[in-house]
Amino acid sequence: MTAFMTWLENQLAENSIFTLQTLSYYGDGLTTTVQLVFLSLVIGLIAAVPLAIGRGSKHAWIKWPIFAYTYVFRGTPLLIQLYLIYYGVVFVDGIQESWLWVILEEPFVPALIAFTLNTAAYTTEIFRGAIKSTSKGEIEAARAYGMSPQQTMRRIIIPSAFRRALPAYGNEVIFMLHASAIASVVTIMDLTGAARFVYARFYAPFDAFLFVAAIYLCLTFTILYLFRYLEKKLLAHLQPQNS
Amino acid sequence: MIDLQGYGPRLIEGAGVTIQLAVLSLILAIILGLLTASAKMSRNWLAHRLATLYTTLIRGVPDLVLMMLFFFGGQIGVNMITDWIYYSFDIDIFININAFVAGVVTIGLIFGAYMGETFRGAFMAVDNGQIEAGKAYGMSDGLVFRRVRFPQMMRHALPGLSNNWMVLLKTTALVSVIGLSDMVRVASEASKATREPFTFMIIVALIYLLIASVSEWIFARLQKRYNIGYGEAD
Repeated sequence: MTAFMTWLENQLAENSIFTLQTLSYYGDGLTTTVQLVFLSLVIGLIAAVPLAIGRGSKHAWIKWPIFAYTYVFRGTPLLIQLYLIYYGVVFVDGIQESWLWVILEEPFVPALIAFTLNTAAYTTEIFRGAIKSTSKGEIEAARAYGMSPQQTMRRIIIPSAFRRALPAYGNEVIFMLHASAIASVVTIMDLTGAARFVYARFYAPFDAFLFVAAIYLCLTFTILYLFRYLEKKLLAHLQPQNS
Repeated sequence: MIDLQGYGPRLIEGAGVTIQLAVLSLILAIILGLLTASAKMSRNWLAHRLATLYTTLIRGVPDLVLMMLFFFGGQIGVNMITDWIYYSFDIDIFININAFVAGVVTIGLIFGAYMGETFRGAFMAVDNGQIEAGKAYGMSDGLVFRRVRFPQMMRHALPGLSNNWMVLLKTTALVSVIGLSDMVRVASEASKATREPFTFMIIVALIYLLIASVSEWIFARLQKRYNIGYGEAD
């Protein structure tokens, strides 16, 4: 490791912008971006499952509030949602005196809340579409086996719907990675934040932003291949057979 | 009510900027999308490669990063070119990249890549026999496109087009970050000055929802128009 560091230092000796110092900004930014995206995706995914089931409920009082939530969060820009939560929490009466302020003071938490709410809304609609497109025959077969509606949902509909939702969900993950660049607007030092800092310090827009674009490109391709692999594994039964 | 502590008129102006920006970038995106789709389908090896490179690069990088690259880098890049022209040919030109132009160009470039995919699918959905028949009637290439290909491909392109438009509309909010006074920018300034973020942000959110609902209605009408002659699926 030390040998690598000295090698890297020698390599960068000629470079006035990409020193070890600036590279460490990008490194920290990468960590923040990955944390933010990963956490919001996981929480959003967990929230989206019951929401997607509720979205297809027969009861109007379950169905319509979920519809209104997804409609509003999918119909307005993420930036507005982030501003609402980031600026909004500051002005809630008495919040600055409460224990919650310790967490909310950091911009990371409002950003995480905004991203989670946003991705949960999109994921809900993706799952909703997948659940709706379950073939009637599968459900009838489950009923014929004597399964209750809950059992049918748990054993038949959800596993097959999740597999069919995989390609669309992969797109949502990439969308979320790209949307996370917005976090830099509320002073979070994510990847884009690091690039803006390097740009401002050296007045070198091409170096700063092209480098960060390359990192995002690598992340996007990693996610893309991960989902391709998953699709191959989980959707093997839907692939055309090689003869 | 409309006054909103003096920010009402500015908010309406901001909404105008947002709509102008969205419509202009949509036009640019459609032109770029048609070019990309044609390049991707052409037998020319270079055109095909270039179009693939363009769509892959654009779709792999966040909108905000591209926007900053074009806005902050654009002026330096243009200055380099004009400097070179000045030193080589002694012609003095000054081009100023403002936030509006940077916004339209970036959003147009980004969505051109997405539109390319939409149009490619739509082009391929029109049967080749239709185009051959048009040519057999003696129509020129342009006429075949206008009379035969375009009306039929729109039926397939509209769902994707409407989807892209909705995403594009929301992406316009990002121009507020590079300093353009769209309605998001006005609302965030007003929130900080009046300490009432909820009022302004919710109004802007409602305007976005309104624009989205109106465009949904327009796209439904268009879809109906281009579906003439085809039964409703389901």
